Amino acid sequence: MIAFFEAIGRYVISILETIGGCVRLFIETLGFLVRGQWRPSLTIMQMSFLGVNSLMIVLMTTTFAGMVIALQLAHVAVQYGVGKMVGGSAALAMTRELGPMLTAIVVAGRAGSAITAEIGSMKVTEQIDALKMLAVSPTGYLVVPRLLAMLVMVPMLTLFSDISGLIGGSMVAFENAGIPYLVFWDSVRQWTLMSDLTLGLFKSMIFGIQVGIISCYQGLHAGRGAAGVGQATTSSVVISMVVIFITNFILSSIMFQVN
Amino acid sequence: MGEREPLQEDAIIIEHLKIAFGPKEILKDITFTVKRGEVLVLMGLSGTGKSTTLRAIAGLLKPTSGRVLVNGQSIPDLAPAELETLRRRIGFCFQHGALFDSLTVGENVAFGLREHTKLPEEEIQRIVAEKLSIVDLEGMEHMYPSQLSGGMQKRASFARTIATDPDIVLYDEPTTGLDPIISRVINELILDLQRRLKATSLVITHDLKGAYLIADKILMLHQGLPVFLGTPQEFQTTTDPHVVQFREGEMEGPIRV
Repeated sequence: MIAFFEAIGRYVISILETIGGCVRLFIETLGFLVRGQWRPSLTIMQMSFLGVNSLMIVLMTTTFAGMVIALQLAHVAVQYGVGKMVGGSAALAMTRELGPMLTAIVVAGRAGSAITAEIGSMKVTEQIDALKMLAVSPTGYLVVPRLLAMLVMVPMLTLFSDISGLIGGSMVAFENAGIPYLVFWDSVRQWTLMSDLTLGLFKSMIFGIQVGIISCYQGLHAGRGAAGVGQATTSSVVISMVVIFITNFILSSIMFQVN
Repeated sequence: MGEREPLQEDAIIIEHLKIAFGPKEILKDITFTVKRGEVLVLMGLSGTGKSTTLRAIAGLLKPTSGRVLVNGQSIPDLAPAELETLRRRIGFCFQHGALFDSLTVGENVAFGLREHTKLPEEEIQRIVAEKLSIVDLEGMEHMYPSQLSGGMQKRASFARTIATDPDIVLYDEPTTGLDPIISRVINELILDLQRRLKATSLVITHDLKGAYLIADKILMLHQGLPVFLGTPQEFQTTTDPHVVQFREGEMEGPIRV
């Protein structure tokens, strides 16, 4: 019985440790940014690696997500004679929720896991210690460029996914329910406000920061050997996803309150 | 690199150093001093705490108790920025090289110079070429570590360690796995750094011949405790049963394998 409670206690402590560690890493990273110590060339390289290279997979997932939303909405809407609302509803769903969330999840799976695996393998091959011994902070050299890249690229990817989702949605709405493109896009324009888009992008920026910090932290704290790196990579993706879902709910309930 | 303040006479002071991971005590009670310009060789079986001692001196591990002073500064008490400043004068040659695998060999060797000096690029290239040529890796600047053999990686790592002319150099088995001729070259380079820059060196090695060549003092550890500290001559003549068994490579003796 005691062992059971001990196990729960250990689990809770490890979660608190991870949260505390991530917060500390974030504050340390902010310190570098405030002092203007960011490495432009490394940051641009990471933007290309984490952002540009994720574009295709982000576009693919969100296009299909937009398509399925339109598919479900279009049938019901046409039945009730409100086909004009399909574009607007799909646009709200995409800009407020699906765009930011799906993008963040895809980035966590593709880029977050790559960050953890790379930093984790540097940790187990003593490259992190080598950085420290060459008097270079691993936070400044590794974490700052990756976090900046995520901060900039995740919202950009989200913008692309909003658009691609709606393009996919408009196609399905036309093909399956006969809603003309003009009607669809007119409805998008009528129903959505600029704030829907910007708040969605703001959310995606927060997700970018979270995925960046969590994946760097997990890499820097990877256990021994290849198994340690594998475990850290899995944890990084799992934790990122859970955090994204929770944060999304909190942010949405604050930002998009129904009046 | 800026003006360096002079090093103190005692470059490294270790007092009653103890390091434990949970219930497992790696170092139990280690005390020794390395004077400026001295080469201290650390010997002992694998797992007796030699690397741990080196990592504590480098500030990569926090001691459970005891004092670790490098150039008069207490390593565990230093703020991260102060530790970084001190580390610019310390070189650490890792056992398995620890080269940055996303950078070329040339970029690895130039790393410290690019980060901490304002030397022009041509001068950096010149130093890199020079350091690579003395470890017999001439013209390998553009290769990636993964394209090199284990021994070559080790030599490249040695070149990276000495590229900034550190005052204190910690070597974790710099010659293990290298052929006898290159091992000799590395040993001579350790001595050269000592003569030329009065560098203080701490060297972990299993190579007795190399140790006799470079050591001013030899410290032998066993199960986290020091069992011998003396000159290479004393090491070769002592009748201490631990040393005798280690020196002669006997199976029988106080050291249980």
